[in-house]
Amino acid sequence: MTIQFNTETFRDDYSFRNSDWAIKRFPFPFHEDSYMYSVNMEQHRGGPEGSVYEKRFDVDEHYVSEMQDRAIVLADDPLRCQSLPHMTLAGWDTLELIMVSKSEDYPDLFELHRDGNRWRWINKPMGIDHTFTFLDETTLPCGPLEYITRQAQGDYAVLDQRGDMLYMDAGMVTTQADWSLDFDIGMDFFEWHAPVPLAHEMGIFKRALKFLLNIQQGAPARRLNWTMTVNPLLDTSPENYHKWGIQKTSLTPENIGAKQHLRVELQTFYRLPRSNALLFPIRCYLIAFQDLVRIPKWGRRLHRVVRDLPDELATYKGFIANRPLMLDYLGRHDDGLPTSPGVWPDLDSEPPLQTQNDARSR
Amino acid sequence: MSAAPQKARAGAEKIDVIVSAVVPLNELVTRFEFTRADDKAFPPFSAGAHTVVEMRDGDRLRLNPYSLMSDPADSSQYAISVRRDDAGRGGSLFMHRSVKVGDRMKISYPVNLFPLDLRGRKHVFLAGGIGITPFMAMIAHLERMGGAWELHYACRNEALGTYVDQLTSRYPNKVHVYFDDRNQAIALEDLLDGQPLGTHVYVCGPKGMIDWVHATAAAHGWPDENVHSEEFLAPQPGKPFEVRLCRSDITIQVGESESLLEAMERCGVDAPFLCRGGACGQCETDVIEADGTFVHRDHWLDDEDHTSGKKIMPCVSRFVGKSLVLDR
Amino acid sequence: MTKFQFPESIRSRPVYGTLEPRPGKAHLMIADAEGAEALLDLATREARLFAQGHIIYIPKTTGETYTQRLRDLGPAQFHVGPTYEASVPRIRRVLSDAHMGLQVYLAGTEGLMGQAQNEAMQAGIPHSAIQTEHRGSVARRMQCVHCKGITEDVVTDPFVCSHCGLNLFVRDHYSRRLAAFQGVCIDAEDPGNLPDPVELYT
Repeated sequence: MTIQFNTETFRDDYSFRNSDWAIKRFPFPFHEDSYMYSVNMEQHRGGPEGSVYEKRFDVDEHYVSEMQDRAIVLADDPLRCQSLPHMTLAGWDTLELIMVSKSEDYPDLFELHRDGNRWRWINKPMGIDHTFTFLDETTLPCGPLEYITRQAQGDYAVLDQRGDMLYMDAGMVTTQADWSLDFDIGMDFFEWHAPVPLAHEMGIFKRALKFLLNIQQGAPARRLNWTMTVNPLLDTSPENYHKWGIQKTSLTPENIGAKQHLRVELQTFYRLPRSNALLFPIRCYLIAFQDLVRIPKWGRRLHRVVRDLPDELATYKGFIANRPLMLDYLGRHDDGLPTSPGVWPDLDSEPPLQTQNDARSR
Repeated sequence: MSAAPQKARAGAEKIDVIVSAVVPLNELVTRFEFTRADDKAFPPFSAGAHTVVEMRDGDRLRLNPYSLMSDPADSSQYAISVRRDDAGRGGSLFMHRSVKVGDRMKISYPVNLFPLDLRGRKHVFLAGGIGITPFMAMIAHLERMGGAWELHYACRNEALGTYVDQLTSRYPNKVHVYFDDRNQAIALEDLLDGQPLGTHVYVCGPKGMIDWVHATAAAHGWPDENVHSEEFLAPQPGKPFEVRLCRSDITIQVGESESLLEAMERCGVDAPFLCRGGACGQCETDVIEADGTFVHRDHWLDDEDHTSGKKIMPCVSRFVGKSLVLDR
Repeated sequence: MTKFQFPESIRSRPVYGTLEPRPGKAHLMIADAEGAEALLDLATREARLFAQGHIIYIPKTTGETYTQRLRDLGPAQFHVGPTYEASVPRIRRVLSDAHMGLQVYLAGTEGLMGQAQNEAMQAGIPHSAIQTEHRGSVARRMQCVHCKGITEDVVTDPFVCSHCGLNLFVRDHYSRRLAAFQGVCIDAEDPGNLPDPVELYT
């Protein structure tokens, strides 16, 4: 299909919207009516047609607007993209992986023509037609990692692997759930996850690290993570928290459906061939509560998950203060009916929301 | 999360290849070159990576890891160099005797358990015998990237000095060769002394050589992180034993000359693996019950794991005793 | 009593040990204030180290308390500097010439150890191979995550960023690359509502 790219913003007037298509393919992260940490890895080898899992690097209606938002963030704060000196080769690996994947998966949008190390890259949605020499930084306007990730949705952490440990040694981070690349760059896997509560004690990170160290070339993996964001704000950075934090206090019973967003990260993991580094793309999807509850199963389930989440997690994810408001809203979209297993909307088989009238007439 | 759970297959992804050249280098070592059966380019690889070669030897499937020694930038071919081990379990003999130009084979995607530390200001390579192979790829990589390196290469004698001529003629100032039969030896203490901060040492060779390098470097105040080694263990033969695999709900016999991992595979159990040499940790298996003694030979588990009797690495380790039950 | 036992914390927070003699042909020792005591203790374990030792010492408020005793250890080189900043060119010069096998011993405040560790890492020594022992003040070197400015010697939580003036709370999240803990705006969601500053570890 040809994608109609939205003209929209993720700041100021927040004109971001999801089309019906985007709502139905939203990567809803809860496969059951409760949530607890787990490593929840699976292979990243495609998925159902049209789903966000189908392509290696999903491109959707928000592509052009998200790239414009990234450019704004970088102009404001260039430290959001950094690469320690030994990571340049991994940057080229990343550029190659994304260019090859996008040109193969979206031939109508992207083209890559290679003649030895002379490469021509065409990005139609962004109007780019550029010829450069692979592995020669002087032929790009910026480093290879920055060049390609200015053209690819989602954040990118590039992890060097040394002595059975992963180190966050490069990245492009402008759509993050409140962590700072500038602060965390150079840290090992346990260190950059240090602020996460409970999961260390549960052994989650030990198991996850073991899994990630063994990810091999040609066999990428994926998982989902989630949090909550008030307003469709992509750049929920610690750097700007003193500016956006106040928005968390702007929820009312009237505006919560439009303002409160579930924020889901589709995290994928690729072994990079030349550098042996691990590429960790973190793609952010946002959906307003009022759009999410249009899928009856998701409305029911989200209510139950938010209601039963341990306080530590609600605090860490930054919505403990807003939880009562959220439950008021979501509770009206939970009629207590059982939900089908798995993450899919199941619109054909799941019953619509039963109003109180429906319930009485039964 | 998304579609029906996809079960990961054991081992790395496979590539169908055709043997494009078989080049005897000396009495013991032969180089095998592969092109892809589908004429596509090989995936790039990082220097130090190995591939697992599948050998169809009659009814028997042999899987041996070999370092990729071709230039990592050359995507038209992969090459390995195999030393014939007449007393070994037969994989290298099969390669030498039975593999011919034009044969179709399967090899795994590259897996790297011996990578360069790309932060290194300088890389010092110490090779013993066939241990030269990963350094061939590392040298090609560093020459292209402009990295600083030197090689110290110990061989039994000139006739068995695999790639010595090629290396000394191309890099006369960086390659230093030592022949045992001339009583030449690597002067390791002198060599470690005076290296600039940020130097990394890599050793590939017999176990004795690896231990010597680690111990000497530590005694000279080198951090562990700057000393790298790779040693693939071959499974050693041993007394046959019986194992109960409770998840698969079968009992299997491990023969004298096969590994526990190979016995599981022979019986159709899909057990995970990558290196098959006790290094990568992928095949780690929980022990449910054991009455007997483990013969641990891996580099993966720590001493505590080894004495606990709760874990085993089936690629290289064995068991002697009455009964063994594994969670597989 | 200049030793302080930091309570257990998150994984990014540095953990300090006790300096122990290690094999090596050269030994670089950098300390500030009460950190001198850790070097004196090290000498009781292996006095011979100091013959190949280079001590760089910043007394801070301890004045002459330790300098003569350090000199008496007989280091090959001994330098007393007025501030850490003033000693940085010397530290860089020493590291630029050093060879593998150099042992680095750091003692004193977190700010000194963090910054000196960073210099040694930049020179090519892995952080895990650099020894540290905390002595003296528990003041912290804090980075404001908002303006990126560093505020030295922070002793209360919250505190005011010395660059942008935001009210910041003190996290245990620590960056070796910046040699600083992270400070984050405490009143972003409720401007002006500030708890009273509390002295760290009281």
